[in-house]
Amino acid sequence: MAKVKGAIVVDTERCKGCELCVISCPTQVIAMSRKVNSKGYHYAYMENPDACNGCTNCAIVCPDGVITVYRKKIVTTEV
Amino acid sequence: MAEVDLKDIIAEENVVYKKTKVLTDKPMHYCPGCGHSTLHRIIAEVIEEMGIQDKTIGIAPVGCAVFMYDYIDVDSQEAAHGRAPALATAIKRLLPDRYVFTYQGDGDLAAIGTAETIHACNRGENITMFFVNNGIYGMTGGQMAPTTLEGMRTSTTPYGRDYHLMGHPIKITDLVAQLPGTYYVTRQAVHTANYVRKTKKAVRKAFEYQARGKGVSFVEVVSNCNSGWKMPPVQAVKWLDENMLPYYPLGDIKVPQD
Repeated sequence: MAKVKGAIVVDTERCKGCELCVISCPTQVIAMSRKVNSKGYHYAYMENPDACNGCTNCAIVCPDGVITVYRKKIVTTEV
Repeated sequence: MAEVDLKDIIAEENVVYKKTKVLTDKPMHYCPGCGHSTLHRIIAEVIEEMGIQDKTIGIAPVGCAVFMYDYIDVDSQEAAHGRAPALATAIKRLLPDRYVFTYQGDGDLAAIGTAETIHACNRGENITMFFVNNGIYGMTGGQMAPTTLEGMRTSTTPYGRDYHLMGHPIKITDLVAQLPGTYYVTRQAVHTANYVRKTKKAVRKAFEYQARGKGVSFVEVVSNCNSGWKMPPVQAVKWLDENMLPYYPLGDIKVPQD
C-alpha cells in the first residue's frame, strides 16, 4: 500500500503573515507561529505535519511564493 | 505504519512546488496578502514554463505595481501614468518577435489610461494586457476608483459610493470585449488556490495567443486591496467573494473562434 506524504518549508524571513495559506489548506496543517521574523510578521509553520499530503494549495495561493512543497510516496508493506 | 521522518520527505528530488527563478529574490513591497504579488508570481511561472524569459518585455504601470521590473526578471520599461498600451504598441511594432505585456491597475488602465486602453484594443495591437482590478486606488491611500462598487466606502467616499453623484462602476473588460481588435478577453481572480490555477491557464493562453498575431489578449484579475479596504487579508478575501464577484463575474468574455 502506498501513501502520499507531504511537507512544506516556509521561508520565514519573506513570509508576511497574511494567513491565506492557513485558510487554503484542506487538511489544516498550517498555523501561524507565535514568533515573529525580523520584519515583525508572525510566519506560517507546519503545526500538524502528519496531515500534510503535499497538495500545493498553500504554495500557489501564497502571494510572496515563500512556501516550497515536497511530496513523497511512502510504500509500506502491511500484512 | 512506520512513522516517516520529515527529513526523508524534504529532499531535492521530492520538490513539487518552489518559487520560480524568473521572480527575483527581492522581497516584494506589496502589503501582506496582496493579489499583485500572486499575479506577479503567476506571470513569472508562465514565462518560465514557456521558456520565453529572453523574449519577453514587460511594461510597468504607475500604481502599486510600479516596481514590477524589480520583481519579474525580464526586460522592462516604465510607462507614464496610463500610457502602458501606447508604449507596448511601439515596442511590439519595433520588435515583433518579442512577447510584450502591460501590467496595469484600475487607476492606470480604467481611469487615466482609458483612451490608450480603448484605442490599443481597437487597433488590435498584438500585445497582452493584465489588468488588476481591486476597486480602489491602493497606492495613494484608498481613494475611489472608477471600478469602486456602489456603496463601497473609500477615503473620498466616506458614506459609500453614490451613483447619483459619482456614476456607476465601470466594467472596462466587458467594454473592450465589444471591440473587434481584441482576440481573447477574460476575467479571473487570485484569492483562492482554485482561482489561481484557472488564472494561470488564462495567463498562459494570453501569451500563446499573442504569438498568433490576431489582436489584444486582455486578462482582468479581480484582486483584494487589504490596506485600501481596511481589512485583514482573510476578511478581505471573504469580502471580495461576497461583494466583488457578483458585480464582476469571473470567466471568459471573448474566446477565439478559430
